Amino acid sequence: MNLLAIISEALRALRQNRLRTGLTMLGMIIGVAAVVLMLSIGQGARTKINETIAAMGSNLFIVVPGATSSGGFSFGSGSVRTLTINDSHAIADLPSVSATSPVVTGTVQLNYAAKNWSTIITGTTPNYFTVGNWKMESGAGFTESDLRSAARVVILGSVTAKNLFGDEDPIGKTIRITNRPFQVVGVLMAKGQSLTGRDQDDTVIIPITTSERQITGSQFPGSIRYMLVQGKSASDMDIAEIEITQLLRQRHRIAKGKENDFTVRNLTAIADVATDAAKVMSIVLGSIASVSLLVGGIGIMNIMLVSVTERTREIGIRMAIGANQRAILTQFLLEAIMICIMGGVIGLLLGIGGAWLVSRFADMLIVITLGMVGLAFLFASAVGIFFGFYPAKKAASLKPVDALRYE
Amino acid sequence: MTFAQTAPATQTLIRIDDLCKSYSLQDANGRTVTNQVLFDINLTIQRGEFVAIMGHSGSGKSTLMNILGCLDVPTSGSYWLDGQNVATLSSNELAQIRNQSIGFVFQGFNLLKRMTALDNVATPLLYAGVSRSQSRMRALELLRQTGLERFAEHQPNQLSGGQQQRVAISRALINHPPLILADEPTGNLDTQTSAEIMQLFTQLNEEQGMTIVLVTHEDDIAAYAKRLIRLKDGHVIVDKNNTVADFVESAS
Repeated sequence: MNLLAIISEALRALRQNRLRTGLTMLGMIIGVAAVVLMLSIGQGARTKINETIAAMGSNLFIVVPGATSSGGFSFGSGSVRTLTINDSHAIADLPSVSATSPVVTGTVQLNYAAKNWSTIITGTTPNYFTVGNWKMESGAGFTESDLRSAARVVILGSVTAKNLFGDEDPIGKTIRITNRPFQVVGVLMAKGQSLTGRDQDDTVIIPITTSERQITGSQFPGSIRYMLVQGKSASDMDIAEIEITQLLRQRHRIAKGKENDFTVRNLTAIADVATDAAKVMSIVLGSIASVSLLVGGIGIMNIMLVSVTERTREIGIRMAIGANQRAILTQFLLEAIMICIMGGVIGLLLGIGGAWLVSRFADMLIVITLGMVGLAFLFASAVGIFFGFYPAKKAASLKPVDALRYE
Repeated sequence: MTFAQTAPATQTLIRIDDLCKSYSLQDANGRTVTNQVLFDINLTIQRGEFVAIMGHSGSGKSTLMNILGCLDVPTSGSYWLDGQNVATLSSNELAQIRNQSIGFVFQGFNLLKRMTALDNVATPLLYAGVSRSQSRMRALELLRQTGLERFAEHQPNQLSGGQQQRVAISRALINHPPLILADEPTGNLDTQTSAEIMQLFTQLNEEQGMTIVLVTHEDDIAAYAKRLIRLKDGHVIVDKNNTVADFVESAS
């Protein structure tokens, strides 16, 4: 019997029992839809994290002043300004370090024309842009000479620029930062949220010298809020961390056995943890969804077994008029596979639809790849073959005389 | 054995030698009980014969019929059908024999439900690998011969018993098998329709030279056949040409 004829026989059998076919298919539909949805959410989360990490800059350490304590009270991280610009310069000379960028921060009020905006100001050095992987939307960063001369130039974050200027081009305009005039020389390209959820685009950046002298100056001259340190290579991050720690302990004259008065954080390691978490999340989501697919498969097997018993006589008649075992096996197997494939297609569409709804109403990044679609499809067919085989085999191995006699 | 299998190319269609059939059953205590149904049957049927196999319930006639139809295999002995020792064939080869060499007609018609008469008649051809359109063409031709052309698109439950049996006979004929096996073909039909169906068999036998083996327990149905084989408790007790005299004798 040719395959086309068997396919139409199988379709006829499925049509004869529409409700049952539909309900069986439902198991498959839900399973595949769940797998697609879960995979796309997981993939979306990973993509989002990867984007954030890429935006962060590579091989990055952040060094912050450490906690200090007095009379048993801890004042928390950064409570003492132990880290200085000179520390930053010293670290930059380490063999495993390619660049450092010291940062002072503060909250400032900005004015342009009638508009005003409060934001975080970052005072830093020109290599902050390369180390922190900032790209320019327009204009440029400030220069070494701006740094030396403590020039009143400012680079705006994209959110800040929008709030202050709207559609107007900010380059060359003068804004006032705590009432001092600064010329806008550049606007940063948007980066989105940091791993901790802070909006990185609501900021202004000025030379650290300018900031110290005119904006954020404190009672500890030369002290900084934190510094970014870029390691030379991803493989030497451990060595770099040790070198930085040793150098700072030496510079800060910390006796053996005493705690550090600073903290070195490997941002890449933090990012790795986040990536791993996202990976685990997609695996967990995928596994849970797979269970529903498995349950759907068992449902198919169940129904096919009932169907074989119910149609024993039909099988007997078909055998009497010349169907061999293979023809019977193929017919029942095809019925199961068709349920799976049809259910798979519907489930796929539902899954994609669901993913779209989630991305639209839950504001989550959803990624659907062709691989995922293929995987779901492959999985559905595999379930059909796996769970359809046993009932089909059972049908095919019936003895013609017994099958014909079955009432 | 290989020598023997190539042997007969004669007028002999069926030859059965020392055929036995027994069933093994588990009784209530879990012991295996062997129940022998057929004892050393020897039988030869020539091409073109019209044979009625008779016997009471439990005589073994249905078992013999199943073996003749390659639906079941003998426990011992040999069965030659159309020059082939069927007892040694695999299940796939048996399926092909059922498809090509035997046409079945059953008491309960055994048509496939929710399938048109045309598709029912065409199905054996599909299993033989013939294309769908060609199968349907030949099926329609056969339905025309049995006078059911206008019921081609009807499903079995829309047809009368006699019509269903005609569809079943058309299905049995579609692969031009040398042998038609009819198991109580009139069992579910009224007298008038029974006579029509039996006339159709007679016609197929006389006009087309079809070999027909008929199982029945009704004397008036058996009377249509030209040869009578009577089984009792698994033995052949009568095997002779069917005459009116026999019929009258057994009826009395």
